[in-house]
Amino acid sequence: MLEYAWAIPAITVASFVVILLFGRRLPRKGAEVGVLALAVCFLLSCVMVGEWISRPADLEVEPAEEHAALVGGGFLGGSLYASAAQVAAAVPEGGEGGGAEEHHVEPIRKPVVKEVTWFENGQIAIKAGIHIDGLAIALLFVVSLISLLVHVFSLSYMAEDIRETHYFASLSLFTSGMFVLVTASNTLQALFGWELMGLCSFMLIGHWWDRDGNKNYNAAMKAFFTTRTGDIGLLVGISILFFAAGETFNIQAINDAALNGEISHTVLLVAASALLVAAIGKSAQFPLHTWLPDAMAGPTPVSALIHAATMVVAGVYLVARLYGVFWEAFDIAGGGWNPIALVGGITILIAAAMAFVQSDIKKVLAYSTVSQLGYMVMALGVGAWTAAIFHLFTHAFFKACLFLGAGSISHSGSHHSFEFSDMGGLRKKMPWTFATFLVATLALAGVPPLAGFWSKDEILLGAGENGYQAFLIVGLVGAFMTAAYMTRCVYLAFFGEPRGNAAHHHPHESPPLIVVPLIVLAVLSAVAGLLNTPLALLFGEWTENQTVLTAGQEHHEFALVTAALSVAVAAGGILTAYLYYWRGVRTGIKADGAGKPIYKLLQNKYYLDALYENVIVRGIREPIARAAYWFNQNVLDGVVNGVATLARALARFTYNVIDQRGIDGAVNGAGAASGASGGLLRTIQTGRVQQYAAFLFGAVGVFAVVLVLTAS
Amino acid sequence: MYLTQFLLLAAFLFCTGVYGVIARKNAVLVLMSIELILNAVNINLVAFGAFQGFETSIVGQVFSLFVVAVAAAEVGVGLAIVLLIFRNRASIDLTEVDLMKG
Repeated sequence: MLEYAWAIPAITVASFVVILLFGRRLPRKGAEVGVLALAVCFLLSCVMVGEWISRPADLEVEPAEEHAALVGGGFLGGSLYASAAQVAAAVPEGGEGGGAEEHHVEPIRKPVVKEVTWFENGQIAIKAGIHIDGLAIALLFVVSLISLLVHVFSLSYMAEDIRETHYFASLSLFTSGMFVLVTASNTLQALFGWELMGLCSFMLIGHWWDRDGNKNYNAAMKAFFTTRTGDIGLLVGISILFFAAGETFNIQAINDAALNGEISHTVLLVAASALLVAAIGKSAQFPLHTWLPDAMAGPTPVSALIHAATMVVAGVYLVARLYGVFWEAFDIAGGGWNPIALVGGITILIAAAMAFVQSDIKKVLAYSTVSQLGYMVMALGVGAWTAAIFHLFTHAFFKACLFLGAGSISHSGSHHSFEFSDMGGLRKKMPWTFATFLVATLALAGVPPLAGFWSKDEILLGAGENGYQAFLIVGLVGAFMTAAYMTRCVYLAFFGEPRGNAAHHHPHESPPLIVVPLIVLAVLSAVAGLLNTPLALLFGEWTENQTVLTAGQEHHEFALVTAALSVAVAAGGILTAYLYYWRGVRTGIKADGAGKPIYKLLQNKYYLDALYENVIVRGIREPIARAAYWFNQNVLDGVVNGVATLARALARFTYNVIDQRGIDGAVNGAGAASGASGGLLRTIQTGRVQQYAAFLFGAVGVFAVVLVLTAS
Repeated sequence: MYLTQFLLLAAFLFCTGVYGVIARKNAVLVLMSIELILNAVNINLVAFGAFQGFETSIVGQVFSLFVVAVAAAEVGVGLAIVLLIFRNRASIDLTEVDLMKG
């Protein structure tokens, strides 16, 4: 089955085409096709997960020699094919590198690679195909599951929507974009999937483009342009790597080349920086995170699918997939700090801070997503690859659950509003939504034994043990803030007195098609973390691939201290928020007094939007507009006017010479000739009979003479 | 008797008739001149018939009779036209009848 993984994107693309062509004629406007296609994809990916787990681990990967040397304290730039003897010599030197001595060769499952030639250009054959390893399997499973649940949820949520057909078609195409990206064996193919997702997210965010003035439309434009800013980085990075790795797009080949030191460090650094920009754009990292909260203008299931579980993790996936490049370029094994970890760390804190001041439940979740993506990026930056992927995996479940929960609230509780001022006291009216939301919140906050605890703990552990102590602190502060803002969110939505629409519109529980996906996701949020506990590190064993092992990612023993710390900060966060809201310190949504300037700063999103729009966009737009105007006036208009003048001269020549003289001359000439001949003949038409008789006899006389002359 | 004498007479009559047709202004005189021309032709016909060589031939005379009959009809129509012109314009001057002038 694993060789046929290409069928999964193929099915969703087929579903897109079918929905688009025949959707309108079907009873549910094409929704049934989408649900069916995703159900098949989910079943296929379940089968593939089973096959992958039962696949024998027969590929032995040795950590690159260079790594041992690195831990030993020196970066041996050029000598990359160090002999075993050198390694043996290097290892004891680095006495402090705890894990360095116990490198044991770990057998992993061999990836399934199947490629066909896509096209040939000169001597280079560009291949297209699938590269299925544990990472791809994990992503396929998550994406197909979340997408299936979102489809089911949408059946009820988007019923009677005016563009239901287009909605489901875009959803299918979007899912195929993600599938193409995760199964891609080369970067060019990955770029296809990446751009497909960008396009579909644009269509889905702007799904209600005709509502609420320009808000939805602008949000879609903003998402598209912001992610495109990053996409330029992807294009640059891919191009550099293509040439650097010996004219190949193959991801495995690029990773191998990077880890073997076949690519110079400078080139790798440039390529990795470009790719990091791409990841920042797609995964909504600081400073390009501003599009994601605005993208909440789209339908809520879209937010759950795109902006929580799949599309935004594409950036994280990209870094994870090309980890060899980043590992070498940013010297991740070295400790201290590096750009990836820094971006992730900053994002965690600024996004979490903004989540406190939002008055819209989806915006809280959006900033929470940004912040959690920061964790994943930071984890990749500190060398905790497995932890990052594991966090991606668990986060998908609880964040999708939270988003769909928010959708459920708006659908049945707050009368299509996402404002906290229309909620409150919903816990009794919507018990299932409340219960699932609470489970997902606790999972996100990192309360053991729910999923978020295990994955976040691993990230913190990785940061602490790999020599990134500063980021351990950032992670802990972030965990505190996460717990606190999610508690605030739960309080404002489900506790207190009903306000606004919640008070006036009789909130009730949502229909089963909405509640069932919530329950499934809540259960997964609770138990998914058990895949990678100290008792059984299954997730790591299943997903870690050749690249990561060659790079030599460290594995760390479960540390009770870190775990206790993370539980303590989570509990502290919850407790603080509890005291603040329940114990009557504050009940309102807004702050005043000393907190006001900070509140204002956060409310205005650190003035980043203002910076982008007023300084950068206007700064770029206006000179360009002026230049374009000048160009238009002087060059384009000149050309246009020149052509027009030429055409006029030509027309005048045609008119004067050909038309007036030639054609009209012929016509008039014929007229004038017949007029003149008529005038001439007219003089003999006197009307006098006798004259005619004279002519007659004259003519007879002439003929008689002629006759006589010719006869004789 | 010689054929030439008849032909000369006929030629004289013909020329007189042509002169009358061309030169006279009076429509009745013009009609009379036309009769002269016709009769000149008749003389020619009879003369050619008589001097043809077949003693008993009357072909020329029969031809002449037909011409006389047609001439009578022609004069009838002609005089009727002249009469109508005179009634309309109180004149039968042919120089004034030039409505067909181009």
